[in-house]
Amino acid sequence: MLKIKNLKASINGKQILKGFDLEVKPGEIHAIMGPNGTGKSTLAQVLGGRAVFEVDEGQVIYKGKNLLEMSVEDRAREGLFIGFQYPVEIPGVPMVNFMKTAINEVRKYRGLPELSSADFLKMMREKQELVELSTALTSRSVNEGFSGGEKKRNEIFQMAMLQPDLAVLDETDSGLDIDALRVVANGVNKLKSPDTSAVVITHYQRLLEYIVPDFVHIMYDGRIVKSGGKELAIELEEKGYNWIKVLNEEILYE
Amino acid sequence: MNENLLTLKEQLLRLYDRQNGSFADVPDFLSDQRKFSLEHFRTIGFPTKANEYWKGTDLEKLLGTNYEFGNDLKIDHGLDVNHVFKCEIHNFESLFFANYNGYNLYDTVQLKRLESGVIAGSINQAMKEYPEIVKRFFDQSSAVSYNGLTALNVALATDGLFIYVPENVHCETPMQLVNLIRHPRSAFLQTRNLIILEKNSSLTFLQCDDSLEDRNSFKNSVSEFFIAEGARLDHYKLQNKDITSAMVNTSFFNIETKGILHSNIITFNAGAIRNEFIVNLNGREASADLSGLYLIDKTQHVDNQLFVKHNAPECTSRQTFKGILDDEAGAVFTGHIYVAEGAVKTQAYQSNKNILLTDTASVMSKPFLEIYNDDVKCSHGSTTGQIDRDAMFYLQQRGICEKNARMLMMYAFADEVVRKIEVERLQHRTEDMIHRRLKGELSSCDQCILHCNPDHITPFQIDERLL
Repeated sequence: MLKIKNLKASINGKQILKGFDLEVKPGEIHAIMGPNGTGKSTLAQVLGGRAVFEVDEGQVIYKGKNLLEMSVEDRAREGLFIGFQYPVEIPGVPMVNFMKTAINEVRKYRGLPELSSADFLKMMREKQELVELSTALTSRSVNEGFSGGEKKRNEIFQMAMLQPDLAVLDETDSGLDIDALRVVANGVNKLKSPDTSAVVITHYQRLLEYIVPDFVHIMYDGRIVKSGGKELAIELEEKGYNWIKVLNEEILYE
Repeated sequence: MNENLLTLKEQLLRLYDRQNGSFADVPDFLSDQRKFSLEHFRTIGFPTKANEYWKGTDLEKLLGTNYEFGNDLKIDHGLDVNHVFKCEIHNFESLFFANYNGYNLYDTVQLKRLESGVIAGSINQAMKEYPEIVKRFFDQSSAVSYNGLTALNVALATDGLFIYVPENVHCETPMQLVNLIRHPRSAFLQTRNLIILEKNSSLTFLQCDDSLEDRNSFKNSVSEFFIAEGARLDHYKLQNKDITSAMVNTSFFNIETKGILHSNIITFNAGAIRNEFIVNLNGREASADLSGLYLIDKTQHVDNQLFVKHNAPECTSRQTFKGILDDEAGAVFTGHIYVAEGAVKTQAYQSNKNILLTDTASVMSKPFLEIYNDDVKCSHGSTTGQIDRDAMFYLQQRGICEKNARMLMMYAFADEVVRKIEVERLQHRTEDMIHRRLKGELSSCDQCILHCNPDHITPFQIDERLL
């Protein structure tokens, strides 16, 4: 599904990703953990194709194609979904228009006919229920006046609508209370299939109680310093992020 | 003043002498006023760029054409008025008036008298039939001494619309005035409108400014609005002018206690337009909500000059003006808020936001707050920039192509102003026109009722340019 090799990326001349490696196979859920400022969000933005980040080195192969050569929208149309840490409010763009435009552009790219209005609305309703997002919210402009939790649920809602092959969720759990966390996790779990994968970026172990990962990676200073199974998250929770610093120094020493 | 302008001034002064005889049937007060206005114009002439308020609009350039005026413009082009003058806004029922090259057209020359007591039609006719009403209001806003153009207008306006809404009358049907310029030669024309709302009355008034020819034209229009105690005016303006046309539209709004003005200007194409609004909040709790949207490209120019005067306590004013500019288009916005000494508990808000699609488009945005007491809530803000990149990335990450994402962002930008249109059908129609305008599908004739040149498309080519 996704193969990242020695990825180095910078913003304004400052390198953030310093040789990042990761391989995600279909059906797998990977968690990426690590302290703030280690490049977790940068990874999500670079995968999405954000122009402000410059890729200095490395390779990203997605479904056998060179992801870094694709436009932002083509990455999305190929089934890559980025769940934003800070979803943007876009007053004046109604949710319905936004989703309908997005879905039909993706369908067109894949050679599928446009969805009829009836089918589209039916789909909206189904997916809304999945993430418990009220119609009052989906009839508004994109994220306009949404609370923090509502914005995150809206991300999962959009993911459900777009049915991506690979979802990269950037701190979707931050700022959520337990109930909202459960709703978000539930959404992710329900969308899981043997053919789809997810990379869940999180600061806390908490989310992983609800979304059980196949692999956990610990990121520090722009690269992965330790990988393991789901028990690694618990170990990290116990030992704290200072442990990571030590790990990182050991790696550098080697 | 350059030579062209001097010549133009001389020509206008002579025109007055020539026409003075034909003003014989106007009431005395008016001929006195006209004489006085002309003398004032003779002294001060046209406003120039040396004047602080005219820095952004080069009137000399706009007036530097060999124009024709007055009766010369009153040419019948064999137009079947009743056939062509019907509004394109579907299902928008209105009481319709048309001004063609400065003259009210055939059936709208006669005054309409509605059962409710509302009187509407040619202002020239109203001066003859209702001199006592006209005298009570005409030029109470002192257009005569406002500037050279308004003084000239008082002296030489050919015709215009008069509306009188008596006390407690609510006009259910909106009134619409279409101003059309179409002349084989360069036309210089002047119209004068007088709209009176008596106590606790209400009116929805739609004013459309169109021009249709590739000829240069210049329009000097003055409108006076009187909104008495407890009355409400909803004033909409749609402007779709050819690149060769120039217009200065000066509107005076006088609002008394608890009177409400709701004004919205959408400029689809400008040529060169200056909208100058002088709003006087004269009575306690009067309010004015002014909004505007301009979508201009090529070398088009829009200058919105707002002067809101809080003369009484507890009044509220809002200014929401937005623009999208392409190519070498230029916009000027001046938002002057004046709060008088006794005007306590004033609330005045102002915002001007612009999106520039090119490096060569430009905006001059100037807030100007003049406040003479402490008990005031005031805010102002002005932004000029490109389309929000974070939002663009968000939309594109969901699979929307750059072109459509930009389009969605521009619709969204315009939406705040469109939402201010409270007549639902007009709102939908305007929204559709804005979308077509941004997609390059709206012709400069589109909104006009004549449909004489349907192939003449004005493209707004935003789709071929990168961010």
